Formats: sequence, structure tokens, C-alpha cells
Amino acid sequence: MAAPIALHLEFGGGAELLFGGVKDHQVTLPGQSQPWDMKQLLVWIRGNLLKERPELFVQGDTVRPGILVLINDADWELMGELSYELQDQDNVVFISTLHGG
Amino acid sequence: MCQVDEEYNEQLEKRTVPSVSQRCVKCKEGTAALIIRAGDAFCRGCFKDYFVHKFRAMLGKNRLIFPGERVLLAVSGGQASSSMLAQVQEGLSRNAPKKLRFTPGIIYIDEGGACGQSMEEREGVIAELETMFRATGYPFHIVHLEQVFDLPISVLEAVSSAPQRPEGSYKAAVEQFVQNARVKGSCSPGEGHMDPAVLDAQIQLSHLDTQDLANGTPPSSLQHQQDLERLFASVRTLTAKEDMLQTLRQHLIVHTARTKGYTKVMMGDSCSRLAVKLLSNISLGRGASLAVDTGFSDQRYGDVIIVRPMRDYSSKEIAFYNRMFGVPSIFIPGLDTKAPEKASIQHLTESFVTMLQADFPSTVSTIYRTSEKLHTARPPHSSEMETVAKCLLCLCALDTKEAEEASAFHATLVSERLSEKRVPESAQVGSASTADTVGQCCSSGVGQEGGCSSRGQGCCSSNLTPVTPDLKSLLCYSCRLTIKDMTGVESLPPYIVSEAERRHRRSQMKKEISEFLLDDEEDEVAAS
Ligand SMILES: [Zn+2]
Ligand SMILES: [Zn+2]
Repeated sequence: MAAPIALHLEFGGGAELLFGGVKDHQVTLPGQSQPWDMKQLLVWIRGNLLKERPELFVQGDTVRPGILVLINDADWELMGELSYELQDQDNVVFISTLHGG
Repeated sequence: MCQVDEEYNEQLEKRTVPSVSQRCVKCKEGTAALIIRAGDAFCRGCFKDYFVHKFRAMLGKNRLIFPGERVLLAVSGGQASSSMLAQVQEGLSRNAPKKLRFTPGIIYIDEGGACGQSMEEREGVIAELETMFRATGYPFHIVHLEQVFDLPISVLEAVSSAPQRPEGSYKAAVEQFVQNARVKGSCSPGEGHMDPAVLDAQIQLSHLDTQDLANGTPPSSLQHQQDLERLFASVRTLTAKEDMLQTLRQHLIVHTARTKGYTKVMMGDSCSRLAVKLLSNISLGRGASLAVDTGFSDQRYGDVIIVRPMRDYSSKEIAFYNRMFGVPSIFIPGLDTKAPEKASIQHLTESFVTMLQADFPSTVSTIYRTSEKLHTARPPHSSEMETVAKCLLCLCALDTKEAEEASAFHATLVSERLSEKRVPESAQVGSASTADTVGQCCSSGVGQEGGCSSRGQGCCSSNLTPVTPDLKSLLCYSCRLTIKDMTGVESLPPYIVSEAERRHRRSQMKKEISEFLLDDEEDEVAAS
């Protein structure tokens, strides 16, 4: 049983509008038997943070195309994307590059 | 349980692999921070060099902006145009041989009135942008979309372009400029050649420009706010709304550039944005104007040239640069914010392209390279420019000559005429459209070939003077579609309606006196 982890989540480029206009979120993920990965984080965000229109943020089991993800200020494509295992105090940023946000 | 633990260990190892071993492909030393368009991993430092270099290279390669020239930066507050502003700052402050040497100003078009923002929201956004612009020290102009109702009709005239500078004059101009700067001696690195006193005065002027707005006065008269609301309410589809907004915004930018003495306008379109624009413009029937709509430079306005220096950057590169190097930007909700995927052609195209891009990373660059291969067939002589009929709204060459039998425009026209015959006029709810099509072939300022005489529907004899001006004959294929999506043209800003009437009167007069004039062709024959 892994301990709960605290994360700093940021939403920008218009993605914040789906989260009540709030850009910064300090969240704590509950402890679970396996470590948290990005795929699970997205499910958790969808269930706990998203205020509206989930299809504008997640599609299938990943983020909607056009939304960039940075983990600790690096491209998540370098970090294994969905399979990246989150650590306590990680900083995860979602930036929409889409026209309407 | 045992198996889970095994997987867990394996994943742990995998996770540590990329962050440690992924090295920058450029310097081979730095830790990779992002994967850019080409699929290469760059470190932070190399990415910055690459990004900064690309901007100057783009301007250097095209040699369109002359030293000392006044350039208006169109900044929407969004990521791409804010990044463009940061690149201009970077390029101007640099004390390097490849330093940029033009004189920038900033324009922001406040579209809140068309996008349903409250006055408080708009004022909040403007205050934030003013802080951002003031920090640059450049003069800035904040223009409200409502101001289209005060535009003069001259906006719709393409002023014949300034005399073409001969080849090689660019280099001479740069040398001259550098020499002048040296003569002046100690110029501060930040402001280049500018006299500090002049700069100071300019900054003060720009503050004056916006001060009357900042001091609690509403951005525009209540009347114009209502006019704008009425205008956008009369446009039925989001597709046409977006197109209308784009057209009006462009008119305001060009007008501001002209009245404030700018000869170039820089727009922040990224290659991701241009790829979407290219495809959606094809769907919107703007195929004939693709080259000017998406190319590096756009000369349709004649005296003011639009350039797109960000067209080599993907939206990912821009977002990463802004994030890594603290470039401020503001997200301002637009017409299509939170809209469903199929809300408009532009929006749907964007979803399509980004989705394709996710699976095939070369999608955007492929589309973008296609756009580079497009060229407009320009009339050989600049004197001909004035005689080439231009669309009333987008100022592109009219593609609506009926001569081209195979065009989409022709097909639409034929089906329109067929359906017109079947439907009795009284049954037409929006009867304006019927009047339009009838009037259209008469007042054809479009096709010199006339088109209507050959078809002989007898419409030419009717001396039709429509109450609302017939816009169709003055518009390109695509702008016609937009106007067609409006419930009426009465809500259009006065400068558009007046210019339409003026063009009609002119073509009417031309027709009336044509009997007494020798044809151009006869003229030529006589002369030779
Ligand atoms: Zn490097
Ligand atoms: Zn047009």
C-alpha cells in the first residue's frame, strides 16, 4: 500500500475554463496498492476536478489532442506519457493549444 | 500479487530510463526537455537558440521589412501572438549583427462585444494587456470591434502599393541604416536608433490613446454596442460568424495601420494555425485566395503589407517556449470557446487536424509545406492591379466570373437559378435573396463578359433599385456564402453598405456612358 501523494496541477491556454476558471490546483491522491500513473491521474481528474464537458479534456484514455502535458517542466513524451509513475510533489501542467481553448 | 510486484519493478526501471538517458540531439549534453516538430529531443538551452534564431531567419530570408520601418504587431493576448511580441523584443534588444531594426507598435482588437463578454470581463482583460504592453515600452493601440461602425469607406479600397523597391535595395537600406546609427553615436542598446526624447513622446502618446478608455469610460458608445450585437445576432451560423469576425478585425487592423503610419502588420499565425486555416478555407470556398490567406506576406491591401513571421513554429513549440521562458499570455474566450466539435467548419477542421497530428506527427508540416507551394497569378503590371475587381469584404481578387463554367461558383449559380424558377417569389421568406440574384446579373461589376446577356433572362431590362444594396455581385464566392448566412444585410456597418452603393453607382454610370465611349480594345487597335 503506497502512501497518498501530493501533486501540483496547472491548467492553461484555456483548459482552465473546464475547471471553473482555476489554473492552479493543489491535490492529494489517496494511497492505493499500486503507484499512481498518468493514466490513472486522468481518470481521477475527470472524476474529481473537471467541472464540465469532459470530452474537451479527455478522449479515450488520454488527453484530447492539442492539449500539451508537461511533467516537472519537461515534455511528457519524454517521460513515458500515460505510463509515467507519479511521485510525491510532482508538477503536472496541461496547456491547451486549441483556438477556442 | 507476485506478478504485480514484478511489473512494478519493471516500470520503475523504465521510468528512470528516459529522464536520465535522453540527451539533446543538438549539443549531446543537455537533458532533453521536449520533442519538437521533427521528432528531435532538444534541451532547454538549444531549444531557446533554435526558437530565437528561427524568427530572425524568417525575417532575414524574406527581406520584406526594411530598417526603420514602422511595424504594427497584432497581438490578441494568445500564445502565438504574445510569443511573437517576445521575439520582437528579443530581436530588437540584441546587440548582434543580425539585430532587427524596425520600429514596432502593438494593436489589440477587443472582440468581447461579439463574443458575449461582459463589460467587466472586457475591462479586466484590457487592463491586464495594458500592463503587458506597457512593459515593452512600445506604443500600443487598443481598438474595440464596435469601432467598425465608425470606419470610413476608404478601408475597402486597396490603395495601390507603394512603388516597388528595386532588388538589392534591401541591403543598401540596411547599410545606410547602420551608418546613420553610427553617426548618431551612442545609442542605447534597447531602443536602437531612436532618439530617447522621441521614444518618450511616443510612449506618452500611446498612453493618451488608451487613457480615455482606461478611466472608466465605456469602450464604445452604447449605440455601437447594440449595433454590434444586432450584427452578430443576424448571422445564423458559427461558421459565418467566425468569418465575419475575421473580416471586421482585419479591416480595423489595416485602418489603424494606415492612420497611425504603419506600413507592415505582423500577425502571429503559427504553422498549426495556418494548416487549419488552409483546410478550412478550402471548405469555405476560399481556394482562390489560399496563397494570400496563408503565405508569409499578404499584399492585398496595397500600401499595408501583412506578414506572418510565426508560420514556421508549431503551436507546441510556442506553448513550450512561453512556458519555459516566462512569456506572458492571456486566454480570452472567443466565439468557439467550449463549442462542440462540429459547431463550425473552422472548429471541426481544427479538431480534425489536431487529431490527425496526434497519430501522424507530420500532418501539420505536410499541409504547411503545401501552402508554401501556392502562388497567386499576379497581374504583370502594377497598373492593372487597380482594374482587377476585388471582393468588397476580403479584398481578394474576385473569383466569381461566370466565364469559368466548371467552377463551384458556376454550379451554385445554376442550381440557384433552377430553384428560383420553381419557387414562387411570395413563398420565399427571406425575399431579399431573390432580389439579390435577379439584381446580380444586371449590375455585374464583376464579369466584364456580362454573363447575363448570353443567358437572356430579360432581367437586364428591369430597372431594379433594391432597398438594401445588392452585395453579392461585389463579393467573392466565399464572402457570398457568409452574407448568405445572414438574415439581412441592414445590420452591416455603414462603411460596407456605402461602399457597396458607391460601386453600384459607378458601374451603373459606366454602363450608361459606355455607348458613347470607344472600347478599350478598339482603342488599342486604333493606337497600333
Ligand atoms: Zn542541447
Ligand atoms: Zn471575399
